[in-house]
Formats: sequence, C-alpha cells, structure tokens
Amino acid sequence: MAKKTHDTPMLDQLESGPWPSFVTGLKRLANDNDMMVDLMGQLETSYHTKKGYWKGGTVGVVGYGGGVIPRFTELMDENKKPLFPAASEFHTLRIQPPAGMHYDTATLRKFCDIWEKYGSGLIAFHGQSGDIMFQGCTTENVQPSFDALNEMGFDLGGAGPAVRTGMSCVGAARCEQSCLDEQKIHRTLVNAFLDDMHRPALPYKFKFKVSGCANDCMNSIHRADMAIIGTWRDEMKVDQDEVKKFVVDKGRKYVIDNVISRCPTQALSLNDDDTLDVDNKGCVRCMHCLNVMNKALSPGDDKGATILVGGKRTLKIGDLMGTVIVPFMKLETEEDFEAIEELAGEIIDFFAENALEHERTGEMIERIGLNNFLEGIGLDVDPNMIASPRSNSYVRTDGWDEEAQKWFERKAQA
Amino acid sequence: MSAPRMPIESGVPDPFPFMHPVLKKNYGAWSYHDRPRPGVLHHVAKSGDEVWTVRAGTQRQMDVYTIRKLCDIADELAEGHVRFTMRSNIEFMVSEESKVAPLVEKLTTEGFPVGGTGPSVTMISHTQGWLHCDIPATDASGVVKALMDELHEEFIKEEMPNRVHITTSCCQINCGGQGDIAINIQHTKPPKINHDLVGNACERPTVVARCPVAAIRPAMVNGKPTLEIDEKKCICCGACFPPCPPMQINDPEHSKLAIWVGGKHSNARSKPMFHKLVAAGLPNNPPRWPEVADTVKNILAVYKEDAKDWERMGDWVERIGWPQFFEKTGLPFTKYHIDNWRGGRVNLNASAHIRF
Ligand code: HEM
Ligand code: HEM
Ligand code: HEM
Ligand code: HEM
Ligand code: SF4
Ligand code: SF4
Ligand code: SF4
Ligand code: SF4
Repeated sequence: MAKKTHDTPMLDQLESGPWPSFVTGLKRLANDNDMMVDLMGQLETSYHTKKGYWKGGTVGVVGYGGGVIPRFTELMDENKKPLFPAASEFHTLRIQPPAGMHYDTATLRKFCDIWEKYGSGLIAFHGQSGDIMFQGCTTENVQPSFDALNEMGFDLGGAGPAVRTGMSCVGAARCEQSCLDEQKIHRTLVNAFLDDMHRPALPYKFKFKVSGCANDCMNSIHRADMAIIGTWRDEMKVDQDEVKKFVVDKGRKYVIDNVISRCPTQALSLNDDDTLDVDNKGCVRCMHCLNVMNKALSPGDDKGATILVGGKRTLKIGDLMGTVIVPFMKLETEEDFEAIEELAGEIIDFFAENALEHERTGEMIERIGLNNFLEGIGLDVDPNMIASPRSNSYVRTDGWDEEAQKWFERKAQA
Repeated sequence: MSAPRMPIESGVPDPFPFMHPVLKKNYGAWSYHDRPRPGVLHHVAKSGDEVWTVRAGTQRQMDVYTIRKLCDIADELAEGHVRFTMRSNIEFMVSEESKVAPLVEKLTTEGFPVGGTGPSVTMISHTQGWLHCDIPATDASGVVKALMDELHEEFIKEEMPNRVHITTSCCQINCGGQGDIAINIQHTKPPKINHDLVGNACERPTVVARCPVAAIRPAMVNGKPTLEIDEKKCICCGACFPPCPPMQINDPEHSKLAIWVGGKHSNARSKPMFHKLVAAGLPNNPPRWPEVADTVKNILAVYKEDAKDWERMGDWVERIGWPQFFEKTGLPFTKYHIDNWRGGRVNLNASAHIRF
C-alpha cells in the first residue's frame, strides 16, 4: 500500500470517455507506488495553475554523456522542500527500440518487471524521438535500471547535441512498397556513430530516419538531418490483368478520377481496353498510383535510395525540409552499405566542423549554401537537387567554363 | 571497491529476434495488402503466406498493468508478437484469419479501440507536456486523451477522404511535428524576466544567440548582470526559455493554442508540405480543452464533406484555395495569417489567379 493519494478532480475528468486513459493507468500505479502518488499530485497542480514544474539537471550512467533526461521538481513548499517529495526526482531513460519497433511479449514483460522494480512503472511506446521512454526514476536507480536493460541487449538512445535515436518504417518486414532493407540501413548508420550518440559533442542534434518508399511513413523529409527514402530506377511493374480487374471492380470514372488524373506528372493513361500505360520517364515515384492500385502496381526491380539532408522543426530559423543530395544510391551489397556509412561520416564531420553551436544541418546549409556543403562532403551537383535553377542574377559566374566542363566529363563517364 | 560496470554499447537492437515469424520469413517479399475492415490489414506475401494485423489505439503513456494486459491479449488471442506504429498504436500480427474477430472483440471490450488504418483519423502524435517536459506551456497526454475521446468514431471508421495525421506540441519548439492538423502552443507575450536569477542560471551569450530576431541584449539591473528584451521586436517564440529558465515565457493566460493545417509527410501526388496557420488565440483550458476540440472537429467535418477521395488536408486546400477554406470553415482571416518571416514572400499570391 502506498501513501494516501491526493485529490485529483481535474485529472479524474480524463478517466471517462472511449479512449484509453493514461490517468487510470497512473492511478493504478499509485495504489502501491509513492512516486506515482506524488507525480499525480504535481500533475494535478499543473492542471490547476497551467504551469510546468520540472527542471533539468545532470544525471547519467557510467560511461555515457547522454541518454538520460533528468527531471527534478521545482514545486516547493514554504520551507523550500518539495511539495511532492516522492516524485521530486522523475528522470527518463531513453532506450532504443529494435528497428521497426518489433517486440515479443517476453521482452515487454521483462521491461515491465525492471521498471516496476526500479522505476515508476510508466513506460511510453514511443517518444517523438523514437525511443522507448522509461519515465520516472530516482537518481539512485538510474544506473541499476540501465544495467538491467543493457544486459537484455538494449542501449540508451541519444539526447543533447549528439547523433540521436534513428527510426525506420516497418518496410520490408510487412510492406509491399518497400524498396530498401530499412532495418539494416537504420542499424548500420546509427551503430556506426554510437560514440557521437553516447558522448554528445556535436554542434546540435543529428537524426537519421529511413522510409522504404516515398510514402515516407517515418516523416524523414520533415524531421531527419539525413533522410533515406526507397525508390526504383527501372520501370514500375504493372500486372495488366489486375488493372483490368480493378477497372471492372471500381469503374472507369473512379480510375480516371482517382488514379489517372491524380498523377502529379501526367504519367498515366488508361487505354481503351482498360490496360494502363505508364510513362516511366515522367513518373516521379510519388507512390500515389501504387497506393491506390496496390495489387496491380508495384515498384520495379532496380531499387535503391534517395538521400535528403537538412530536415528540422521550427527552432531557430523556421521549419526546413530536407533536400536531395543523392538522387539514387544502390543499397544492396556490403560495399553499398560501406558507401552510405562513409557518406554519413562525411556529413557528420562537416557538420561538426562547420555548424555553429545549436545549429542543425538544414540551418547550416541555408547559411553557407548547398554548393559549399556539397563541395565539403565531396558530392557533385545534380539537377535532381533543385526544384528550379536560380531566379536571381546575384551570383559570380567566372568559373562557368570549368564547371560546364566538369558536367560534360561526368556525363561522358556515366 | 570494484570497478563500475561499463555499458555494452550495443546500439539499435536487431529486430529479427523480436519479429513475428511470418514477417521474418517473408522479409522483403510482400506482394500486396488490403483492409478487410477498419483497423485490420491483410498482407499477402509472394510466397502466398498471409498475415493479418490488428491495430489498436493506446494511451502511449502506459502503466505496466496496461502493458501486461496487452501482452496477455497477444499471448492468448494473437501469436505473441506485436509492434508499435510511430503514432503509438499497437499492432498484433496473426497468421490465421480466424484469429482476427476474437482479437478485435477482446481489444474492444478491454477498451483499446481498433482502428487507425486507411482513411481514418489515427492516433494523435503527442509530446511530453506537464507530465515530463521542463518547458511545456500545456499538457500533451491530456490534450490527446480529450481529443481522441471526441474523435473516437473517426478512429474506428475509415470515412475520411484520406488519412488524417494530427499532432500536438506543448511548446513552440514543436516536437510534435508536421500534421494534417497540428495543435501547438503559441505564446502571445514576451517572457517575464526574473533578473535576480539570470546572472547565475544562464550562459548569457548562448541566450543572446538563441533569439531568432536578435531581441535580447545584456543589461544590468540592481547592479546585477542580466538580460533584457526589446519587447517590440520579440515574437514570443520561447526560444530563450530552455537555455534560460528565468526568462519565463509560459503564461497561464497568454500562452494560447494555435491550429495549423495541411502538413503532409508523404510524397504521394504533391510534394511534402508544411502545415499553415489557420486559427490562434484558443485558450489553454485543461482538463479537456473544449475550444480546441471544437475547432478541430469543425475543420475535420468540412474536410470530410468537401474533399475528394485521396485528397489529404493540404491537397484539398490547394484545390479549393484558401479563401474557400476560410469561407467553408467560418474561421476568421487576419493579418497574422500573412507570412512575414524571411522567405515568406513565396506564400503570397504573385498572380492574378483569384477564385470567384
Ligand atoms: C544612370 C543610370 C540609369 C539611367 C539613366 C537609366 C535610364 C533608363 C531609361 C531611360 C529607361 C527606359 C524607361 C522607359 O521605358 O521609359 C530605363 C529602363 C530600365 N532600366 Fe534603367 N537607367 C539607369 C540605370 C539602371 C540600372 C542600374 C538598372 C538595373 C540595375 C536599370 C534597369 C532598368 C530596367 C530593368 C529598365 C526597364 C524597365 C521596364 O521594364 O520598363 N537601369 N532605364
Ligand atoms: C577578453 C576576452 C574575453 C572576454 C571579455 C570574454 C567574456 C565572456 C563573457 C562575458 C561570457 C559570458 C559569461 C556568462 O554569461 O556567464 C563568456 C563566455 C564564454 N567564453 Fe569568453 N571571453 C573572452 C575570451 C574568451 C576566449 C579566448 C575563449 C575561448 C578560448 C572564451 C570562451 C568562452 C566560452 C566557451 C564561454 C561560454 C559560452 C557558452 O557556453 O555559450 N572566451 N566570455
Ligand atoms: C570570444 C569573444 C567574445 C565573446 C563571445 C563575447 C561575448 C560577450 C557577450 C555575449 C556579452 C554580453 C553578455 C553578458 O552580459 O554576459 C559580453 C559582454 C562584454 N564583453 Fe564580450 N565577448 C567577447 C570578447 C570580448 C572582448 C575581446 C572584450 C573587450 C575588449 C569584451 C568586452 C566585454 C564587456 C566589457 C562586456 C560587458 C560585461 C558586462 O556588462 O558584464 N568582450 N561579451
Ligand atoms: C583579438 C581580439 C579578438 C578576437 C581574437 C576575437 C575573437 C572572437 C571570436 C572567436 C568570436 C566568436 C565568433 C563566432 O562565434 O563564430 C567573437 C565574437 C564576437 N566578438 Fe570578438 N574577438 C576579438 C575582439 C573583439 C572586440 C574588441 C570586440 C568588441 C569590442 C569583440 C566583439 C565580439 C562580438 C560582439 C562577438 C559576437 C558575440 C556573439 O554574439 O556571439 N571582439 N570574437
Ligand atoms: S514508408 Fe513506404 S515502405 Fe515504409 S512502411 Fe511506409 S509505405 Fe511501406
Ligand atoms: S508513382 Fe506517382 S508519379 Fe509515378 S505514375 Fe504513379 S502517380 Fe504518377
Ligand atoms: S513540444 Fe516543447 S514542451 Fe512539449 S515535449 Fe517537446 S520540448 Fe517539451
Ligand atoms: S521569446 Fe523568442 S523572440 Fe522573444 S526574446 Fe525570447 S527568443 Fe527572442
């Protein structure tokens, strides 16, 4: 039996309704857990005052410089003692999930046992960072709970100015649109830079996200410093019998209104015999027609990745999307994987040396220009990197002839 | 004393030991999928193997009893393997169709809504809020619980024109990310500075450098070094607050909620889009934020009625145009909707294209 619970009239109102209630969960934990009793006291206070009461600090595990999010209460009584002492330390361990967030129940049950023993019993699957968040731990218990999770084969994720926890979509494990071995790319990249994750020393955070196709289920263009997105170079596969069945099933109007006329590049045409023509030169692999006619259309065989750099949210110059730096890269052989790891290393090194403090890759590129960035990491320019050429004349072009020469030489080599 | 235990730097775990056997066996070799009913995906592999996935909503912030209950369900009625989507829905994989109905039934009776697939309003992706962040102006889990209670029907049905991804953020850093609808804190007053604390608590050059509009400068108050803000310049973004907590940006009254629409991650049809401001000034009103819920439900209702199949929120607005969006939703159009941030000129109408 835990200490007496505090009255929580505000939180109680979040117990009703059809959606699962986190408050009911907190209360269940508070039955035999003082930390949760006081956590609820503090949260209820926030609901009344509309203020937050956590501050950061320094808490970690031996050997690592990051991965634990320290939280100490700021809610004090008149004697400067915590008003809710049992929850005065409420740290989070960010733990990296298996790529694609697959679990067996034995693992989840072990997590529960560990967190019941050392922590509050509250776990988030998953935080926006892509980590499992083991929430609510005293300073004292951070090390033993990490040790127990670490012995299970789990490692801390990133926090602070570091390589952060990566994310990859379910992809090849259960999705016919997948053009990549997402988990392998995710693991290759993050695991190559564990030193930059566990000992934060970059200008700011750096995130990898992998989506197996342009549906970008991992939101990587918006949110990753390095986004790896699956695509294909050869022709998309069309099963004309399935196309005909689809037309019969849905009707011609549906197909014209929802597939043909919705292609962003007018690359589709429905023939008189209800077969489909695809202009594969015009198709930009947007995935729309494959999503709608899922059984009839599939990606081609010559698969690989498009890589974009520089996505981020608001701070400091406003939201930025990632932009293309590699239009296509094969990712099949061990050499291919070495090549992407090397590219990521170049990018991180350049970022470490050239970004200002608290500047993300996107802001750095905005400040120095994509040309300088490409030069720094040793990549050639490509018209797939732009939406359109420059529209203003404020540029020095005295190197034109040499640059044009480079282009022709690259073309001759290709 | 013995040497401390050093971590095993194992990094991202290999997913295969955790993966459902049918997923493992057919890795990279799937043929197609369909959705037999909302909340259920049916994937067919090139080998002919089939797998059914039942997707259910969770509260994300889960107590061990809830997790164990989900494990019991997975062991008894599914096949012991689950995964989570990035929006905190849990997925149970089964290799026999006959297991789907009992699983759906059990999850539903245990209070885990089955849905979130196809053109539905899936789980709102949320952040940490008062429960756990050091800088929030509002809660996250509570806002999401309150809204999902209201949107429950749209979660368990597939009646939207296309999928709807809603996000929330409890500060203007916006961990929540882009969304078809994004519900974010929008501060309306400059930080209140506790000058006694700045000198000791803050690395002042860092704070000065953090401001997007260079509104912060060093100052002396009562003989103590501190910082001051040019309140005319300040855009109330809150960026100075994380590195300098004495610059209190959060305000129970003046930290409001704003609604943004049309963000899109997917490249399908149109390129990815950012969400755009449509409403602001909504009160931060726990425990159920009714004003926010009403605004979101209104926008969703108009979208549901007006958009064509497969149009995401952003696609739809681009087709009908912003004047129509404000007309149809009844939301006021103000000077604050006009983008004056750097580069914002691309958001103006440099054409004679007007819809009448
Ligand atoms: C002493 C310096 C200049 C003089 C005397 C001058 C004079 C003129 C005159 C007489 C015209 C024709 C106006 C008309 O169509 O009635 C003209 C047009 C124009 N000037 Fe200049 N100009 C000068 C400098 C410049 C500079 C520095 C620029 C660009 C940076 C410039 C850009 C233009 C342009 C773009 C037009 C065409 C405007 C149109 O589209 O009608 N001028 N200028
Ligand atoms: C005459 C020379 C310098 C003066 C007057 C000066 C002054 C300052 C001041 C006033 C601060 C802010 C302290 C605070 O807010 O508590 C500061 C911070 C700092 N200074 Fe200097 N400084 C000088 C030279 C240097 C040099 C040569 C270095 C490095 C080689 C350096 C490195 C730093 C660093 C790392 C910080 C902390 C900034 C941060 O964490 O963002 N300073 N300095
Ligand atoms: C790395 C070089 C430097 C940096 C980054 C730096 C940065 C700053 C910043 C941000 C402040 C205002 C923040 C505060 O009040 O703490 C400051 C204050 C000041 N700096 Fe510097 N500074 C540098 C070098 C210098 C140098 C070379 C001088 C003198 C020759 C100088 C003289 C001062 C003085 C007199 C103040 C006012 C101190 C006060 O009001 O307490 N700084 N510096
Ligand atoms: C030998 C003399 C000086 C050296 C070596 C020096 C060096 C530096 C360096 C390394 C920085 C940081 C640049 C960066 O962040 O990229 C800096 C910034 C700065 N310095 Fe100096 N500095 C010198 C003298 C001065 C003087 C005399 C002043 C003013 C009287 C001054 C004012 C500043 C200011 C205002 C900044 C920007 C601070 C900020 O907003 O972050 N510096 N200086
Ligand atoms: S990003 Fe593409 S491959 Fe990955 S899960 Fe989504 S649709 Fe499938
Ligand atoms: S994938 Fe997109 S661009 Fe390519 S044909 Fe289909 S709809 Fe058109
Ligand atoms: S959105 Fe802001 S307040 Fe909310 S969890 Fe993220 S950083 Fe904290
Ligand atoms: S709130 Fe934003 S704009 Fe205002 S002073 Fe702080 S950082 Fe600058």
